[in-house]
Amino acid sequence: MDLDLLSLVITTGQTSSRTDPEHLKVLGLCHKPLSVAEVAAYMRLPVMVTKVLLADLVDCEAMTMRAPRPTSGSTDRVLLEKLLDGLQRI
Amino acid sequence: MAYNESEVFPTQVKILIAGGFGVGKTTFVGAASEIEPLSTEELITAASVGVDSLSGVENKSATTVALDFGRITIDHHDIVLYLFGTPGQERFWFMWDELSNGALGAIVMADTRRLQACFEAVDFFENRGIQFLVAVNEFDGAFRYEPEEVRAALELDPRVPIVLCDARDTQSATSALRSLIKHLLTAVPSSA
Repeated sequence: MDLDLLSLVITTGQTSSRTDPEHLKVLGLCHKPLSVAEVAAYMRLPVMVTKVLLADLVDCEAMTMRAPRPTSGSTDRVLLEKLLDGLQRI
Repeated sequence: MAYNESEVFPTQVKILIAGGFGVGKTTFVGAASEIEPLSTEELITAASVGVDSLSGVENKSATTVALDFGRITIDHHDIVLYLFGTPGQERFWFMWDELSNGALGAIVMADTRRLQACFEAVDFFENRGIQFLVAVNEFDGAFRYEPEEVRAALELDPRVPIVLCDARDTQSATSALRSLIKHLLTAVPSSA
């Protein structure tokens, strides 16, 4: 499983077979999609450790993950225009 | 699969905020981010803290040795923009390889008192073909250079934009981000 810093994870609602405090805490964080980087920061754990916990939870189907889309972001005119529009509203 | 992924997961993009120590990266991320900047500290040994030059940054009490990041949610278009700020020095480039993969572009923060601190970040992005602009952080007491003086000192390509920025100010930081997106747009042909 290839978890990137920006991979998004979210709980599936299925009961976890992993019931260590760290696993449960991660599950509690991820009712909304969160990036691996954010989970690591909230857990105050190094990203490498966080990735192991998340991989455990995806393995037991308590979580699902989505790898960042392989975007051609910097050449995607539509995406850039949407971003610019969004940043102009701030 | 319990979820329709396209409904649950937003489009994510990332922009890197680079520069030397004490140049205002963390401040910039904090000003632009809608959340308190988050930080993870891994793979960085305490040993690296001691060898960083802090001359000229007397007022900086804590040195950023970690990955700071913030987030801007653009609900309107279902996009989440992540801002990652990490030290630009060459010995941290192993962190940048994962970070720069898929990044839209970068902002190199420059402090005119120590312009040399951003050489390495400029090199990094030039060598990897990542588009960037230079944001000159307007510190109190810093000598004001003209943008073209900064360009000459950094030997920047004429196409690389240089903007002035107050990293403490949300509008100023957001404006620098807009400048970067506009710069990226200039390189993309108009859609038919």
